[in-house]
Amino acid sequence: MQTLHCVVNLSIFVDARAELTAPKQEKALLEIAVNLMVPSATGDGEFHGPTINEFFPEVIFFAGTNFEINRIMLIRFLAVAALMLVFWLGTRRMKIIPTRGQSLTEMGLDFVRVSIAEDLLGKKDGKRFLPLITTVFFMVLFMNITGIIPGLNIAGTSVIGVPLFLAGVAYVAFIYAGVKKSGIGFFRTALFPPGVPKFLYIILTPVEFISTFIVRPVTLTLRLLMNMIVGHLLLVILFSATQFFFFTADGGLKLLGGGTLVFGLAFTLFELLVAVLQAYIFAILTTVYIQLALAEEH
Amino acid sequence: MLHIVIAAAAAEQKNPLIPELYDIIWSAVCFFVILFFFWKIALPKMQVLLDDRADAIEGNMAKADDAQRKAEAMLVQYTAQLADARAEAGAIRDQARTDGQRIVAEHKERAAVEAGRIAASAKTQIEAERQAAVVSLRSEVGTLAIDLASGVIGESLSDDAKASAIVERFLAELEASEVPSQAAAPTAGKI
Repeated sequence: MQTLHCVVNLSIFVDARAELTAPKQEKALLEIAVNLMVPSATGDGEFHGPTINEFFPEVIFFAGTNFEINRIMLIRFLAVAALMLVFWLGTRRMKIIPTRGQSLTEMGLDFVRVSIAEDLLGKKDGKRFLPLITTVFFMVLFMNITGIIPGLNIAGTSVIGVPLFLAGVAYVAFIYAGVKKSGIGFFRTALFPPGVPKFLYIILTPVEFISTFIVRPVTLTLRLLMNMIVGHLLLVILFSATQFFFFTADGGLKLLGGGTLVFGLAFTLFELLVAVLQAYIFAILTTVYIQLALAEEH
Repeated sequence: MLHIVIAAAAAEQKNPLIPELYDIIWSAVCFFVILFFFWKIALPKMQVLLDDRADAIEGNMAKADDAQRKAEAMLVQYTAQLADARAEAGAIRDQARTDGQRIVAEHKERAAVEAGRIAASAKTQIEAERQAAVVSLRSEVGTLAIDLASGVIGESLSDDAKASAIVERFLAELEASEVPSQAAAPTAGKI
């Protein structure tokens, strides 16, 4: 029972769960997963669903300061270290005719350089913003991947700090790009799109303001954060349900454990896809915002 | 019912949408570390590599172009040489043919001349020999005829009146004209 639970910090809500009956269980699980909220439950009070406190584990170092370090922060540091190790080894002795390891590193860097930066920004601007875009992509990717690495089991991006900070970086980057390109005119074209009848600005300007300067960073943050939180909760539910069915439940219910285990493995693979996809989306949206800011002069 | 659970739980739970300061700080630290790493270490190396590779590829392409051009030039040269050689061979063959014809014609002519000369000399010789024969015959036949005639005359003159007539005619003819011995010979033969 403890093998999985040692990884996830479960809390107990015995009182509220007592009312739930077994047939409602699956519906409840689903609903909870979707709502990202609070515990799931079974009738017997022995199944412990994940809670949002999963993402706020106990502090390990520097408790009480603004530099608290908990398990998730350590996982982030590990992801950063792994990232730098991979790319340091990959770029240490680069040869014109690449070795196998170098090819992989190059493939990764080229993917960001060619498919994201140069494709959207062109060669010149692509080169300017390449370090930023590369950093965003690989930071998100490596921190997402920790969500399915056994022993770590939680994504570094599943706490709001990283998504929010990176969204802030993207925000600053596209405003910087726009202001550098067209000065104060950037805000004028962003808020008062040319070619529109004057009186429409009453409606258009607030909409543009909200969509450009508020919705962009918020959606960037929430999309990544929620994907990672939901992915984690889903895996926890599936694996802790498997554990429960195999070792706690009686009779026929044990069979259900096989089903949840298969789903758990399938969703682990799915989470791998999500990890890559979200990193790609985050990087490409950052690039698109920069591109729009650079192109905004008409 | 679920909402009651949520409400009950909410009080003691943290909101995942409210960032903690330490969270932001460590996120920023991670970001800047990675940014510095890519900006100053990994990507410049990658750029150097890409430039080197582009140079290498361009260099190789230039080299290949050069080799191609050389090969083409050489091919043109060889083709030209081949054509020259062929033309020369043709010329030599033609020359040989005309030479041959000329030589054959010359030899034919020379042979014809030689044959003519030989024939002419043979004819002269034959003529000379005939002349010699004629001369010797003339003298010999004369003598013989005279001898014969004297023999015939000596034996039958007295016997026959016919013989005496022949002798007389013969002598008359001999006296009458200076005939060649050939004219005399058949006459004598008839006797």
